[in-house]
Amino acid sequence: MHDMSAHALQHHAPPPGFVRKHIFSLDHKVIGEQYYGLALLAVLIGMVLSWIMRLHLAWPDVHIPGLQLLSKNGAPGGVLTPEYYLQLMTMHGTIMVFFVLTTAPFAAFGNYFLPIQVGAEDMPFPRFNMMSFWVTFVSFCVAVAAFFVPDGPPLSGWTAYAPLSALGAIAGPGQGMGQVLWAVSIAIFCVGQLLGALNFITTTLDMRCKGMSLMRLPLTVWAWFITSCMGLTAFAVLLPACILLFLDHVAGTSFFIPGDLVVSDTLQPHAGGSTLLWQHLFWFFGHPEVYIAIVPGMGIVSHVLITNMRRPMLSHRVLIYSMGALAFLSYMVYGHHMFVSGMNPFSSLAFSFPTLAITIPSTIIVLIWIGSLYGSKLRINSPSLFALGFISLFVSGGVSGFFLAQPSIDIILHATYFVVGHFHLVMALAATFGIFAGTYFWFPKITGRMMNETLGKIHFWFTFVGAYCIFMPFHYLGMAGNVRRYQAFVDDFMQPFIPVHKFITVAALVTGGAQILFLYNLIYSRFRGQPASENPWQATSLEWTIPSPPPFNNFGDRIPVVYHDPYQYGVDGASDDYVMQDSPEQTQSVRDEK
Amino acid sequence: MKTRNKLAGMLSALVLAAVGALMLSRNVSAAGEGKITGTVKLAGTAPHQRAIDMSKEPYCQKLHADHPVTLENVVVGSNGGLQNVVVYVSEGLPASAGGQVPSEKPKWDQKGCQYIPHVVALDINQHFLVTNSDPTSHNIHPIPTKNPQWNKSQPPGAQPFDVSWANEEVSIPVKCNIHPWMHGWMAVVKGPTAVSDGNGSFTLDNVPPGNYTLTAWQETYGAQTQKVTVAAGKPATADFTFKAK
Amino acid sequence: MAKVFAVTVILIAIGSAIPILMHKWVPPVDISTHGPLIDEQLSETMVEAGISFLAAQFILGLFVWKYSNTPKSAKIRNFPGGATGLVTAAVLLVGLEAMALGIFGAKAWASVYFTPPKPDALKIQAQAGQFAFYFRYPGPDGRFGPIHPDLINEGTQNFFGLDPDHDPDSKDDIVTAELAVPVNREVHLLMHAKDVGHSFFVRELRIQQDFVPGLDVSVHFTANKTGRFEIVCTQLCGLGHYNMKAYLSVLSQPDYDTWLKQQATMQ
Repeated sequence: MHDMSAHALQHHAPPPGFVRKHIFSLDHKVIGEQYYGLALLAVLIGMVLSWIMRLHLAWPDVHIPGLQLLSKNGAPGGVLTPEYYLQLMTMHGTIMVFFVLTTAPFAAFGNYFLPIQVGAEDMPFPRFNMMSFWVTFVSFCVAVAAFFVPDGPPLSGWTAYAPLSALGAIAGPGQGMGQVLWAVSIAIFCVGQLLGALNFITTTLDMRCKGMSLMRLPLTVWAWFITSCMGLTAFAVLLPACILLFLDHVAGTSFFIPGDLVVSDTLQPHAGGSTLLWQHLFWFFGHPEVYIAIVPGMGIVSHVLITNMRRPMLSHRVLIYSMGALAFLSYMVYGHHMFVSGMNPFSSLAFSFPTLAITIPSTIIVLIWIGSLYGSKLRINSPSLFALGFISLFVSGGVSGFFLAQPSIDIILHATYFVVGHFHLVMALAATFGIFAGTYFWFPKITGRMMNETLGKIHFWFTFVGAYCIFMPFHYLGMAGNVRRYQAFVDDFMQPFIPVHKFITVAALVTGGAQILFLYNLIYSRFRGQPASENPWQATSLEWTIPSPPPFNNFGDRIPVVYHDPYQYGVDGASDDYVMQDSPEQTQSVRDEK
Repeated sequence: MKTRNKLAGMLSALVLAAVGALMLSRNVSAAGEGKITGTVKLAGTAPHQRAIDMSKEPYCQKLHADHPVTLENVVVGSNGGLQNVVVYVSEGLPASAGGQVPSEKPKWDQKGCQYIPHVVALDINQHFLVTNSDPTSHNIHPIPTKNPQWNKSQPPGAQPFDVSWANEEVSIPVKCNIHPWMHGWMAVVKGPTAVSDGNGSFTLDNVPPGNYTLTAWQETYGAQTQKVTVAAGKPATADFTFKAK
Repeated sequence: MAKVFAVTVILIAIGSAIPILMHKWVPPVDISTHGPLIDEQLSETMVEAGISFLAAQFILGLFVWKYSNTPKSAKIRNFPGGATGLVTAAVLLVGLEAMALGIFGAKAWASVYFTPPKPDALKIQAQAGQFAFYFRYPGPDGRFGPIHPDLINEGTQNFFGLDPDHDPDSKDDIVTAELAVPVNREVHLLMHAKDVGHSFFVRELRIQQDFVPGLDVSVHFTANKTGRFEIVCTQLCGLGHYNMKAYLSVLSQPDYDTWLKQQATMQ
C-alpha cells in the first residue's frame, strides 16, 4: 500500500504528449475508451457482414454492389459464393463474440468505471492494462487480415470445429492461411483478456478505498469482478487450444486430427488426435464466454435501473450470489453444446441437469429486477428503456433455454435456427442492450455532455421492436426444421421458409439502419450535446462524485471515503431522496449492508 | 466512278495479298514441322462402368433419368478404341520448341453434373475456361501435387473462370465436392499434346522433325511410352494398346 | 412513454405466442417409434416456457406502466414477500419445473440412447464425406468388408475403400446413395466419417447425430410410416454444407427387397 501511494504521487498529472496521452496511455479511462472505440469499429464490420448474409439468404442471386472489391473470388460480380457466405459468417461470429460482446460491456466500461467505482486512482498494473488493449487490437488486426489473404478468412464458423479447422487448405477455401490467422488472432486475444482480467481482479480486491467493503461495491463492480474470474479461467483454456490448433497447421502435429481421414480422395498424413477434444476445450471456454458477455450487462442494467427506479434492488446480496452462481454453473454446463456430438450419451444427461439448474439463478435475477420495479418511482429515459429492454430480451432468450437444455428436445432443435434465435436474443441482443444502457447512462460522465434524449428514444424503439422482429421468427423456423449455417435453401423442404427469411432480412436492414441514429447521437453529442453536470441522474455511486469528464487521476487530491452501500435511494431522513456513497450524512437506512 | 473502281480494285488486291501472305506464312511454318497420328486401343474386356446415382441433386438425376450416367474411367469406342488417353511428347523436343503457348482456350464445362470433357490436355500456362451450364452450384477442386491447389465454387450463371497451370503435371485430378461423383483430369505438358477421341485416335500437330519419346497416359491403366521418328513433311504414326486388367 | 413500453412489451409477447398457438411452425409429422416421447416433451416444455415467458413480459409491462412517473413525494414500497419470497418462487416454481422437465425428458433421451438395439436390427453403415452421404448394406452374408482408407476413391465410386478382390466380406456389400429401410423394422445405423465432422439429421425421424471422425458412433431407430424424407447434414463441414443431403426411403418390406435386389445389380 505504501508503494501504491508513493506511485500515486508521481501520477497526478497526465503525461505530456499526444501519444502518451491518447494512444499508448496508461490511464484506465483512456484504455476504456479505446476498447469502446474498437468495439464500435468491430460491431460496424460485424453488422455489415450480417446484412450481406441476410440479403443473400433472402435473395440468393442478389448482386451486392461493391462486394467484389472485398473478394474477387468470393463474390464475383457481387454475388456471394457458398464458401464466401460461410467465410463471412465465421468472421461475423468471431468479430461479434470476441471483439464486441467481450470488449464492450466488460473491457470498455469495466476499464473506465471499475477503478472509479471502487475509489481507486487507477488499476494496479497500468502497463499491463495498456498492453491488454494493444494486444487485443493486434489480435483484431490479425483477424481482419484474414479477409485479405488469397483464400480469404476461414469457413469453419466461430467455433472452428476440428478436424475441418485443422486439416488445412485441402478441407476448403480459407482453411489454410485464413484459419491459421484465426487461431493466432484468438490466441493473442486470450492473452489480452487474461491481462485485463488480472487487473480487474486485483483492482477489486486490493484497490478499494476506505470504507468500501465488498458488499458496498456497486453491482457493476461485482459483475465485472465475476466476469474477470470467468475470463481468467476460460481464456486460459482457449489459449492453449488455439496454440494446439496452430501447431496442427504449421508443425504437422495431430492434436485434433485422428488417423485414416480421406479428404477429397487424399489420405491425410495424420494420426492419433481427437476431434472431440477440440469441442471440449472450446466449449469449456465457450459457455463461460456466454456469461462473460452477459453478466457485465446484468451489472450495468441493475446499476442503471436502480438509479432510475430511485430505490435499491430488493436484495443486493441475492443478486451478487446469483451472478456468482451463474458463473460457477457456467463451467458445469458446457456439454449442452455437445448433446449430439457423439460424446457419451450419459454425459449429455449429466450436463443437462446443471443446465436446467442455471434457470434458478437466472430466474432469481429476473424476479429481483421485476420485483424491484414494484413500488418504485421509475423514470423513463434512454438508459432505463434499454435496461428494461434488456430484461425483456433476456427473458425471451432465456425461456428458449428450457428447450435446448434437454438433450431429447435438442435432438430436433440442435443446429437449427432455434439455436440461432436463442443465443442472439439472450447473449448478443441482451448484451448489446446492456452496452446501450451503459452508453446513454455514462456518456455524460465520460464526455461532460448529455446524449440527445429524443434520438435515444427513437433509437430504442427501432432496436427493441426490430430485435424481436428479427429473432423471434428464428425460433419458429428452427422448430419447423430450418437448419443453420446453410448459404441457400436448395431443397424442397426448406424453400417454403424463404418468405420468412425475407421478412427477417428487411427487419435486420431497418434495425441495423436505425443504429445510424445512435452513431450520429454519439458523435453529435460528444461535441454539441447539452453540457452535463457532475451528477445528472442523481445517482449515488462514486463515479458521480467527481467532475464530468473525470480528471486524470479520478479523485484529484481527495482520497474518497465510503460510508454507505452504493444504492442509498429513497431513504428516510435524507436531505434528498438519495445519499451519495461518500457522504458522511447519517441516515436511518436499514439496508446498509456493511 | 472510275477512280472509285480503281480504289476498290487496289483495296481488294491489298486484302488478297495480305490473306495470301498470312496463309503462306502458316504453310511455311507447318512445312518444316510434322505430325504424329495414331490410335489407342484396349485389348481385352473393358471393366464394368458403374452407373452413377445422382439422387442427391434432383436436377441432374432427372436430366439423366433415361440414360443413367456411368463412370468414365475406361471408355471404349465400338472399334475398341480407347477414349480419353492423353498423348504427348515426353522426350526429344528441342528446348526452343513449345515455347509458344497456344492462344486457344479450351473449355472445361460442368453440365448435367459431369465434366465435359472428362480429360483435357493443356500446355503450360495455357489458359482454359471453367464454365457452369447447370442451374446448381458446383465447386471445382483440382488436387495437383506440382501446382498450387485451389477450390472454388461456381454458382449458376457465374462468369467463367479463366485459369492456367504453371508447371508440368500428368495428371491433375479434378473433383466437385458437392457432387462427389464428378471427376476429371487435367494433363499439363509442355509442347504438342492431344486427347484420344471416341475412336481412340489422336493427332499431334506442329512436331518438328526428329526422334521422340511419346507417352500415352490413361487414368486407370497408367502410362506407356514408345519411340517415334518424325521426318519433314511426312506424318508419323504411333499406335498404343492398353491391356485390360 | 412508460405506457407505450408496457403496451409494446405485452403486444410483442402476444404476437410471439400467436404463431406457436397457430401450430404452423411445428416439427413435421413424426415417423418414428421413439418420436412421440420427444414431441410430448416438446409440447410440455412449450407450455411451461410459454407461461413463464408471457407471465414475465406481462408483469414487466404492468409494473413499468404502474410505477413510472410516480410523484416525488410517494414512498418506495417493497414487493410483498421481498427478496425471500421471490427467491422461493424462483426455486419452487421455475427451478423445480425445470428439473421435473429434465427428469421426465430423460425418458425420451433414454429411449434413443440408453436402449441398445435388438440383435436382429438391420445393420446399415452410413458414411459422411464432403459433401454427400453414402450407405452400405452388408449383403446376404450379413458382414461388412473392412474399410481401406487408402483405397477410397470417389472417382471410381469406391466410396468406402472396399477391396472385394481380397476381402470376401466386401464382395456382396451394396453401396448406395440413398438410405432405404423397411417400415416397422429396427435399423441400427453405424456411422462413419470419412473426412471432417458431419451430422445425420432426419426431421421426421427425430434423429440427429454427429458423425465423429476417428470415432464410429451409432444410432438406432424404427420408422413406422412409409415415405421419402430428406437427410440433411447439420454439422458445418465446408463450402458444400448447404447442399449435403441424401434421401431416406421408408419402404414396405416387399418394396425394400426389390429395391435392394436392384441396387445389388448396379454394383
